[in-house]
Amino acid sequence: MRDFQFHRPSTVAEALHLLRQASAGKLLGGGQSLLPVLKLDMAEPSDLVSLSGVTELRGIRTEGNQLIIGAFTTHAEVAASAEVRAKIPSLARLADGIGDPQVRNRGTLGGSLAHADPAADYPAAVLGLSATVHTDRRTVPADRFFTGLFETALEPDEILTAVRFTIPQRAAYAKFASHASRYAVVGVMVAQYPGGVRVGVTGAGPSAFRWTAAESALTARFAPESLAGLTYPADDLTSTPEATADYRAHLLPIMTKRAVQTALG
Amino acid sequence: MSTTTHPSIPGSIGAAIPRREDRRFITGAGRYVDDIVLPHQAYAVIVRSPHAYAQIRAIATAAALAAPGVLAVFTGHDVAADKVGGIPCGWLVKSKDGSNMVEPPHPMLVKDRVRHVGDQVAVVIAESKAEARAAAQLIEIDYEVLPAVGTLQDATAPGAPAVWAEAPDNVCFDWDLGDKAAVATAMASAYKIIDIEVRQNRVIPNAIEPRAAIGHYDPAGDYYTLYTTSQNPHLIRLLLGAFVLGIPEHRLRVVAPDVGGGFGSKIYHYAEEAIVVWASKKLGRPVKWTAERSESFMSDAHGRDTIMTAQLAVDKDGKFLAFKVHNVANMGAYLSTFAPAIPTYLSATLMAGCYTTPAIYVEVKAVFTHTVPVDAYRGAGRPEAAYLIERIVDKAARELGIDRLAIRRKNFIRPDQFPYKTPVALEYDVGDYEATLALALKAGDYDGYPARRAASQQRGKLRGIGFSTYVEGCGIAPSALVGQLGARAGLYEAATVRVHPTGSVSVFTGTHSHGQGHETTFAQLVSDKLGVPFDHVDIVHGDTDRIPFGMGTYGSRSLSVGGSAIVKAIDKILKKGKTIAAHLLAVSESDLVWSRGEFRVAGTDRRKTIAEVAFAAYVPHNYPIDKIEPGLEESAFYDPLNFTFPAGCHLCEVEVDPDTGVVQVVQMVAADDVGVVLNPMIVDGQLHGGLVQGIGQALYEEAQYDESGQLLTGSYLNYGMPRASDFPFFNVSTHPTACTHNPIGAKGVGEVGAIGCPPAVINAVLDALAPLGVTDISMPATPEKVWRAIASAQAAASTRD
Amino acid sequence: MSRVTLQVNGKQVSVVVEPRTLLVELLRDKLQLTGTHVGCDTSHCGACVVHVGGRSVKSCTMLAVEADGATVTTIEGLAQGGKLHPMQESFHQHHALQCGFCTPGMIMSAIELVETRPHADEHETREWLEGNFCRCTGYHNIVKAILSCRDAMREKSA
Repeated sequence: MRDFQFHRPSTVAEALHLLRQASAGKLLGGGQSLLPVLKLDMAEPSDLVSLSGVTELRGIRTEGNQLIIGAFTTHAEVAASAEVRAKIPSLARLADGIGDPQVRNRGTLGGSLAHADPAADYPAAVLGLSATVHTDRRTVPADRFFTGLFETALEPDEILTAVRFTIPQRAAYAKFASHASRYAVVGVMVAQYPGGVRVGVTGAGPSAFRWTAAESALTARFAPESLAGLTYPADDLTSTPEATADYRAHLLPIMTKRAVQTALG
Repeated sequence: MSTTTHPSIPGSIGAAIPRREDRRFITGAGRYVDDIVLPHQAYAVIVRSPHAYAQIRAIATAAALAAPGVLAVFTGHDVAADKVGGIPCGWLVKSKDGSNMVEPPHPMLVKDRVRHVGDQVAVVIAESKAEARAAAQLIEIDYEVLPAVGTLQDATAPGAPAVWAEAPDNVCFDWDLGDKAAVATAMASAYKIIDIEVRQNRVIPNAIEPRAAIGHYDPAGDYYTLYTTSQNPHLIRLLLGAFVLGIPEHRLRVVAPDVGGGFGSKIYHYAEEAIVVWASKKLGRPVKWTAERSESFMSDAHGRDTIMTAQLAVDKDGKFLAFKVHNVANMGAYLSTFAPAIPTYLSATLMAGCYTTPAIYVEVKAVFTHTVPVDAYRGAGRPEAAYLIERIVDKAARELGIDRLAIRRKNFIRPDQFPYKTPVALEYDVGDYEATLALALKAGDYDGYPARRAASQQRGKLRGIGFSTYVEGCGIAPSALVGQLGARAGLYEAATVRVHPTGSVSVFTGTHSHGQGHETTFAQLVSDKLGVPFDHVDIVHGDTDRIPFGMGTYGSRSLSVGGSAIVKAIDKILKKGKTIAAHLLAVSESDLVWSRGEFRVAGTDRRKTIAEVAFAAYVPHNYPIDKIEPGLEESAFYDPLNFTFPAGCHLCEVEVDPDTGVVQVVQMVAADDVGVVLNPMIVDGQLHGGLVQGIGQALYEEAQYDESGQLLTGSYLNYGMPRASDFPFFNVSTHPTACTHNPIGAKGVGEVGAIGCPPAVINAVLDALAPLGVTDISMPATPEKVWRAIASAQAAASTRD
Repeated sequence: MSRVTLQVNGKQVSVVVEPRTLLVELLRDKLQLTGTHVGCDTSHCGACVVHVGGRSVKSCTMLAVEADGATVTTIEGLAQGGKLHPMQESFHQHHALQCGFCTPGMIMSAIELVETRPHADEHETREWLEGNFCRCTGYHNIVKAILSCRDAMREKSA
């Protein structure tokens, strides 16, 4: 790992200032994605701006039908939050299944979304739970946030501050995890709203996406049988030695069905 | 749950005593190589090839040398200039035609041509590891990339790139064993021939402690010390001293302190060990190297990687008539220390299994590829034999319509047939295969299986049950035999037993404990044999300056061979002790009986304890000095008469999710005959660990190379390590028959889990999938592979309809 | 260079480190607390698990500077006055370790489980160990040891 300047500001404004001053600065959340990258010398920032001291980025609260989670909230905090468990239990369970306990104790919602690993769990929730992503300067709807492999709508000097999830009537997340990495091979968040059903998919493709055909079918009738015969083209999906695109295409309807079954209880 | 009975006499053989070595490990006081910091220590980082096969056109080291903290950069040119020897191979195998195997050079640092991803090209030494790492990135190497052969399947294809010019068709050797003509005759008149092809997936040992080494040259005494993560420090001293650096044994100390697991991968002499010792002398400072895990993936010797085709000739009742095997085994790019022996003397010789097959013929073609060397991994050759045999036996049962257990029982070597000479060179001394089979069926509630299967079906799962009745060979010996077979070392073990003046005991063993618990079990053995309290016995291992000699720990040999050496030394102690006691008691030696730590005058209460005898030996005021010398310390070398032959039955039950292809092991039963058990708690632990490595190989683990020799599974992100959540509690038990030719009766337990288990798992998977028409699946049976097998069986069925 | 002041195993320590220094490097190299191990470079194996602020973390995936002001407990800090922590004792009694390399991380991880989820059953215990690899024990006796310690601690607090 190359050495860098380390900063621990206490406000978003200060963090932004430090980030802009640096020649190649990077924000540090819980470090569970960034540190492995740095250790393998796959990124060599001049400065790391830690957000661990920025208290305004923490916290969980409800506003109307929205659950708002600060960017620097750890997965363990989300999983254990009485608020999240009451309002969107599927989100608490999703957070409780990310990585392992030590990753959940350090890793943060904002860090995970900014890193945008195509196999991370939260992107499925952001898409499925009709979220908006808040930054220091704007709000980005979920559908415009993930732009590609490890790419998001965030500007290099932009700080993700919070995520606003819309509380569904019911929802569930079903994940087929990689045996080796425990990342999602296919992870599906299914959420039912008065206006329709949303299906957010992670792991299967180069970037998280919504499966609109499944959404229509489930909006018509929220039942596993509605998915019968529905397939997803393998051409758009990821192939790795562990799971080919064909296999991911096979798993996608199965995991969607399982999410629906779980949501129905 | 263990069904082993635990007699609870502390300090005696058979007691489940918690380990005395635990204290340092559970408090963080263990001392592993990377924990050691020598004064003025410098840090080495190895620059490794990113290519499978390439010509090094040029190496530019100036920028690295100028980087902060850098002390030195060495390349293959420096190694060549110093006339340093290559890394030797410890076993010579001859081909059928009598010619020697192709034994390519294996330089410490490669000068001209790299031959696998991870091949070591240069070493950077700096004041800190971070500085060495940063400087290593500044070394510029101009490679001319050459076409490589990355997989075993491609190695022998016409026109495949040659790994070594001296090895046509990439063949290292082409060896055989058994009676080819007898097999051909039996095959010609057989009722049926069962055919099979099985693949041993390539696995990465993954001891959780990465390899590490510190070289320390002391000019004051012209003395070298190597701290290394080794299973056999004396062997490393021999290979490094005599073959690589030319250092005489009396000037080289090798220390293997606490070692964090080995599983075979820490048997071998590796280049890094030689590099740090050599560099320490050049620099005049201690040099430490510790592997990053990503380096371990591409530089630790891998395991297995064979393709076997076989035919089993049977009569109409399922009696085995002849067995013919063709095995192609991957050696990797260089020959690791014991690599040539694994598919041959440790695998082909076990092809009778526990059956009376009268004619067997085995051919082994060892080939080179542009991959990391392949060598012994927990089980080493025996899992390959057990897997092939137990798969083809199941297949024979299916094709003949005979029950899977009935066909095994029909062909078992019966207890009254021992000693039993197999057609592939071994003589099994003892065993009771029916007993362990019956034990497994009972422990695993075989009678209740149909109900469990129905319950699984209710939940939408396919349940299957699989068996393996295996035999294996441990403690490879005797030395005279292995010498004839090409071993370049003896395979005895050494021990020194020192009874101190007040009766406490230090035992110096040439075996090495890196998880096996020798400090506890060997102390139990000594306590029992010498009659001294358990707490008065210390076991010393892992340091060539403290232990006279030794061959180390591998092949489940430590107790049967190393323990027997200790017993032999104790016998000498007792012989001398008897002379002393007779003198002290003024009786003749024939009047004395030895019992529980005392020499007693028969029929009286007059006696001398071993502590009193020891005191007399060191303070010989009243002593038979005309007959014997003072002191009470004896050494012994034990060269076994034969292998030992652990055997048993493993029963596995799986549930398969037919939608996703996920296989879950829901019951794993191991009923093993590992001979006499010293500490059942430790034996059970060895079995649990072996089972997880066996299930890991069967379901999760695979090192994959692409055709060009790139390692596709180079980290824990894509290499499937078994985790706690993959398993149920295991059901292990033992049924001993005592080994007939060593003084303890022990056979060995370190590897049986990994040997017996994979065929039971795969047989269970195939049993679960049989209703869908699936008849074959290769290891590891990953979800996608299972899904594909189901899909293609269903497609085939619908074409037939 | 940055100065880091933290409490380790009950003692206040203050050291100067490069910003890139990992917590595990601080512990092993600066404080000679070598009971915490490094078994991988991708944050999977868990040999390096310690407690920071009472929660288990992988010390190979946390910068030392991020531990400034924190309370850190390592395997060396568990035994009090020569008396083993119940989890250490349970690992010993159940033969839950062989080579010992994964053991410190395994114990630190297990302690957080029994402290935060005292009703964890076998299944939850196995799931909790997702981030701790053991290559020797087959996990069997580790899970036994944790469940037994859980029972003992529950009885004690009852």
